[in-house]
Amino acid sequence: MEHKSLEETLREHPFLEGFKPEHIRKMAEMALEVQFGRDQIIFREGQESGLFFLILSGKVALEISAPGRILRVQTLGPGEELGWSSVLGEGGKHFQARSLETVRALAFEGARLRQACEQDPSFGYALMRQLLKVVAERLQATRLQLLDLYAPRAAKLI
Amino acid sequence: MSEVAQATLTMTRARVLAVEKETHDTFTLTVASADPDPLPPFEPGQFSMLYVFGVGELPISISGDPGEPERQVYTIRSVGQATHTLVSQRPGNMIGVRGPFGTSWPVKAARGKDVLIVAGGIGLAPLRPVIYHVLRHRDDYVRLLVLYGARSPRDLLYRRQLAEWGRAPDTQVLVTVDYGGLSWRGHVGVVTTLFRQVRLHPSETVAFICGPEIMMRYVVRQLEARGLAPEDIYISMERNMKCGVGFCGHCQLGPYFVCKDGPVFSYRQMQPWMDTHEL
Amino acid sequence: MTEPAAQPSGAVWLTREGLNQLLGALRAQGYEVIGPRLGEGAIIYDRIQTIEDLPAGWTEEQEAGRYRLRRRQDDALFGYNLGPQSWKKFLHPPVLRLFSAEKNNGEFRILPPDGESPRYAFVGVRACELAAIAVQDRVLLGDQFVEPNYEARRKELFIVAVQCTRAAPTCFCSSMGTGPQVQGGADLVLTELSEGFVARAASARGAEVLAAIERRPASAEECRQAEEAVAAAAAQIVRRLDTRDLVRRLYEACESPHWDDVARRCLACTNCTMVCPTCFCTTVEDTSTVTGDRAERWRKWDSCFTESFSYIHGGSVRTSVRSRYRQWLTHKLASWVDQFDMFGCVGCGRCITWCPAGIDLTEEVKKLLAPV
Repeated sequence: MEHKSLEETLREHPFLEGFKPEHIRKMAEMALEVQFGRDQIIFREGQESGLFFLILSGKVALEISAPGRILRVQTLGPGEELGWSSVLGEGGKHFQARSLETVRALAFEGARLRQACEQDPSFGYALMRQLLKVVAERLQATRLQLLDLYAPRAAKLI
Repeated sequence: MSEVAQATLTMTRARVLAVEKETHDTFTLTVASADPDPLPPFEPGQFSMLYVFGVGELPISISGDPGEPERQVYTIRSVGQATHTLVSQRPGNMIGVRGPFGTSWPVKAARGKDVLIVAGGIGLAPLRPVIYHVLRHRDDYVRLLVLYGARSPRDLLYRRQLAEWGRAPDTQVLVTVDYGGLSWRGHVGVVTTLFRQVRLHPSETVAFICGPEIMMRYVVRQLEARGLAPEDIYISMERNMKCGVGFCGHCQLGPYFVCKDGPVFSYRQMQPWMDTHEL
Repeated sequence: MTEPAAQPSGAVWLTREGLNQLLGALRAQGYEVIGPRLGEGAIIYDRIQTIEDLPAGWTEEQEAGRYRLRRRQDDALFGYNLGPQSWKKFLHPPVLRLFSAEKNNGEFRILPPDGESPRYAFVGVRACELAAIAVQDRVLLGDQFVEPNYEARRKELFIVAVQCTRAAPTCFCSSMGTGPQVQGGADLVLTELSEGFVARAASARGAEVLAAIERRPASAEECRQAEEAVAAAAAQIVRRLDTRDLVRRLYEACESPHWDDVARRCLACTNCTMVCPTCFCTTVEDTSTVTGDRAERWRKWDSCFTESFSYIHGGSVRTSVRSRYRQWLTHKLASWVDQFDMFGCVGCGRCITWCPAGIDLTEEVKKLLAPV
């Protein structure tokens, strides 16, 4: 893929909404297009994967293993982000990511992103702001999920 | 007794024609009048009071096709004694029907626009008549978007129909569950996470939402953040009801009686009241 | 229902014997005559035959959380203000069978109602109570739907109003604009003086009944005395409720910490809603025989102070007493206006008198609306 078309692709991704052209260019320089076949493990729980992904097509499931079973806690699709904790670069993965169908994504090395943030605080702010949005959305969704809204005694946990 | 009074408090006796098991706790009853007069026509979103002899009466949304009013369809989740009695009915049994009551989803006002349906759990039942209506009058509307969330794959209502609707022209049906196992290859996450998957045209969209109150509040916030005006967002509220016609007082919510001023309200109407605790 | 007077009739003078004849005339016309009498340690509304049944020489002492019968110096028949009961117990009965049904071979059938609705004549209706009947008319007859049981009783109703010539300390009708002067809604309006009554017909039916009993034109002096007596009652009213912009101000006070203060005193006993002449909420109970072939549906007064009132699957909406008191008070004085273009409170003060904790809504409103 040419840099130009990468930039085009990035501009259309919701994660980069509101990014300045030079920030999009910077992202494009660091992007690597990747593809996963159906039912491939993209990263495992606990693994020190340093990649952050912007999903272009296909569906990814976040899973966590419990004795005797695997729980699927969220699925992510086109226009969404995968592996946000790689941008922070602290510790291993919290979930296992599995492609449910063929997945196309742009991958970014967490270490390079951090480096770019430190060199250019304006870029760093834009990236961190978007990342915070993603995390906030995940947090709210998780809380809603915890409320178990559709259970007959929903919101009556205590 | 005046004619109005007759119409509101008189019960039509109806025969149960079919009982269909939707999920482990939810059943769909199809009924038709056993009296000389047929069951009256209804608008999408309206409800009836269903009576089981000697047991009691419950408000239940009509979940069937408004184009076929004579066979009325009710999807009921068994959550207590009274609902259990209703879902335990067998074909041939007789129940009582009063109604239809209440306001409806403004399907006419949505003409020429995208119809966005956001349903949670049993909340899909009162919205199904809208889907029937839109599909029956397909040219009157632009896109039909159905976002549906349930607790788990085994809690999904109308699974076969969801797949069928998804194949209709200009129709997008996205289904998600809060908890999915490995055999579920669909979306996992609360219903609000589906908004990342659709592109809305805020000024050309009318949204109809039904589900648990917390879910509706979250959905409304998402829609407002995406630029929908409060008057283009409609929600269906639930409160205790004994009469269905504004006399028993139980269903009051701020200045409204949910039975006669609702159950369908525009968010513009409900906005000042929805976030007040224990109103 | 009460028709407007065909022509305004002049005031007449009724002796006590004339009033007795009036009761007889109403009975002769097939009315079940209901009026005040002593019972249950209070003045209650019940079936009466003659003026002998009226509470001659009795009055009451009322304050927040307090009611006591007291002897009067004279033997006035209507020398009290208000007891615990209101006329709604007749028009909107506390317990009513809505229908009975029977089941045969898997088919049930709603049985035709047995008997006709009673035809009532109320004697001794106060101005605030006329207003309360008008409020219930609006709720049960004047909105989208008509409540047939109320309608059947209401359309036959004959009302003899008796104006207040004294006020209890709990009265605040003047604040609500409902009294003490009768404004409308009665067939006959009486004002009691020491020897008899100044009476005027307020409807064609009223004039007709009046024409059949012993009477003479009231003198100018008698009319003046009657007016003064009502004015004296107005002057005795001490409680006030400021209704200016009340709806908006109460909605704004929705999260006031004062609701918690009331909740600490309120027992959620439902007394205020039972004695309130406008509270209309009901629940239903379905019953069936052991054999399962006969069923009934009963309607009973209910109260927004019970936890079960707001129950939906998963629990009640209003679990706290705070929220239930707030529902009751804001309904009476704010949301009722949105719903029915009128207040749901007529200022009779019964909720103040009969509250075992002596909670006084006029005081609570002041505190709720006081600048923080």
